[in-house]
Amino acid sequence: MMKLAKKDILGIREMTVDEINLILETAESFLEISTREIKKVPTLRGKSIINLFYEASTRTRTSFEIAGKRLSADTINISASTSSVVKGETLIDTARNLEAMNPDIIVLRHSAAGAAHLLASLVRQSIINAGDGAHEHPSQALLDMMTIREKKGRLTGLKVAIIGDILHSRVARSNIYGLSKMGARVVVAGPATMMPRDIEQMGVQAFTKLEDAITDADVVMMLRIQLERQKQNIFPSLREYAQHYCLNRKNIRLAKSDAIVMHPGPINRGVEISPDIADDPGCSVILDQVNNGVAVRMALLYLLSGGNE
Amino acid sequence: MKLLLKGARVIDPSQKIDTQMDILIEDGKISSCGASIKAPPDTQIIHLNNMIAVPGLIDMHVHLREPGLEYKETIATGSAAAVAGGFTSIACMPNTEPVHDNRSITEFILRKAAEANLARVYPIGAISIGSEGKQMTEFWDLKEAGVIALSDDGKPVMDAALMRRAMEYAGSLDLPVIQHCEDVNLSAGGLMNEGYWSTVMGLPGIPSIAEEIMVGRDILIAEYTKTRIHIAHVSTAGSVRLIRNAKMRGLRVTAETAPHYFTLTDECLQDYDTSYKVNPPLRSAADSAAIKEGLSDGTIDAIACDHAPHARTDKEVEFVYAANGISGLETSLGLSLNLVHEGILTWEKLITAMACNPAQILNLDKGTLKTGSDADITVIDPEQTWTVDVKNFVSRGKNSPFSGRKMKGRAILTIVAGDIKYDGRS
Repeated sequence: MMKLAKKDILGIREMTVDEINLILETAESFLEISTREIKKVPTLRGKSIINLFYEASTRTRTSFEIAGKRLSADTINISASTSSVVKGETLIDTARNLEAMNPDIIVLRHSAAGAAHLLASLVRQSIINAGDGAHEHPSQALLDMMTIREKKGRLTGLKVAIIGDILHSRVARSNIYGLSKMGARVVVAGPATMMPRDIEQMGVQAFTKLEDAITDADVVMMLRIQLERQKQNIFPSLREYAQHYCLNRKNIRLAKSDAIVMHPGPINRGVEISPDIADDPGCSVILDQVNNGVAVRMALLYLLSGGNE
Repeated sequence: MKLLLKGARVIDPSQKIDTQMDILIEDGKISSCGASIKAPPDTQIIHLNNMIAVPGLIDMHVHLREPGLEYKETIATGSAAAVAGGFTSIACMPNTEPVHDNRSITEFILRKAAEANLARVYPIGAISIGSEGKQMTEFWDLKEAGVIALSDDGKPVMDAALMRRAMEYAGSLDLPVIQHCEDVNLSAGGLMNEGYWSTVMGLPGIPSIAEEIMVGRDILIAEYTKTRIHIAHVSTAGSVRLIRNAKMRGLRVTAETAPHYFTLTDECLQDYDTSYKVNPPLRSAADSAAIKEGLSDGTIDAIACDHAPHARTDKEVEFVYAANGISGLETSLGLSLNLVHEGILTWEKLITAMACNPAQILNLDKGTLKTGSDADITVIDPEQTWTVDVKNFVSRGKNSPFSGRKMKGRAILTIVAGDIKYDGRS
């Protein structure tokens, strides 16, 4: 088995197909651990992992914490509200102090795009980017690809529609890179104000109407709408957004009959997805995504710790 | 003190001179130019075969940070960087702390510059008090104190009515008004050029129209009020087009660009290296090509480096928090010489953009080697190859994306009023 020759996981853009396959296969092999009665293996015993979260997060932070604990690592959570950030300490000083305490891996969530790059250039520890601004969220894209592969048996040749605020979405960017590398065809849709400039140059087709994007799609991935964007005149109202971009019983018929529905969470019910679709086990794989998230993060922690040596 | 520069190729676009000759300097003035001048008694003779002597270079857009931000740069260190880069004159922007909006600060700047006694320092005063874009400063008083132009620098005048009045009032005093063109509503929150690379990096974009809309607006004001306007650091193809069109229609519009806009593009930002963070932002390859074209056809009159020295702490932070700017005085000539090496500019055009035109725009009796004028001369070794190393910068600001870059051509003598202020001869 090959080894992950990387110090950090900063984004999917820098990953090769082989690396993505290695991570997904490793994650698949870890799935079983979470079904055991004693959900713990000693693989990373004695390793310390710091979850450094400068942005509120329940799902991702918990997922990384559980992943570390299932591998017997010591996980430490630092969130912005309790840290020295409020005292005005810079990310660089915080990083150097943490580095001096000799952790093995630092998982960073930050509102500034490029924060993980900065941290990785400063400290010798492995950095996992758990989301940096609107840039990348690699573990999310990996768990999404794992889920699609689990449900569809492949990624190559699938049509994946990503719907919503592409401009501000790190999930969209990471998925566009990953899915394109793995041979899927990615289309995006959202209001023109939510579409980043020159998005087509990333190799995707862009639409302003949801219906145009989801037609014949194998996978429909809905993105979370952030309510505060309304103030920036990105969209006029949630009401109008929901009328045109909410995935519902009616418009989902345009997708393939066996299409799966994904969402990185948390969902605004009735805004991005109607409740009956979100809760329909026939198409919604939202909770599978969460389950696979733990396995993907276990794989990342394991591989960065020199797994397969 | 007499000085005789012998054997250099002398390029003086103001007199259409490009020939090998000698320059004799007496009492700080150029006393004669010609072939084989005989040295009078007590004359220091400098042999400059294979060197190029030009009118002292002028950078019309620098930030010296004093008063208030001395940890980034001072008038003394900034003017030392200027002469080290081949500049005999610099014009400093008013975004100090406090803002240079009254004559006591003009006098302070001129006193500090005289104490440093290196490059000539020409202060640019603020258009509005505190550069807040509300109340005009005392233009007349500032001019009498020594201010040579007006600008609110990085805080563009958003209020078109204020801009109109400022241009009218300044026009009556023949004080040039310099605008940093940026519609701050369009650029709000932006960190880099809006385009493919901002999409890739997930950084909020600054659209090219944020610059162009204000360029267009100020050209219209200049036309309507029959005044002139100088556009600072042009960065987009659209701005070049608007300025070219205005010039063709005979309007009094002048413009400058900075070396980074014709040397770098927004692709350079892909590793979030904050040394590339500037405002206006690095643009696309097409914009950069248009800037070169604008320089070549004379649409852009001047090259000014927008010298923006910062301390490490201002740059070694998350990209969003990093300060804008490049410490440019010591790389400006080397980068601009690339345009000559690439065949985009002739030597004559380069010196016009770096000496003659800035002097003309700022109403300075400079940018010439005419007999009787101040002996401000830059001597360039056109063949010297060297590598930029920020550790060797004289400027306090070591913030440069050009560290490690190979250059060809360098100032080896910077002479101000007949005194050698910088001697880089090996």
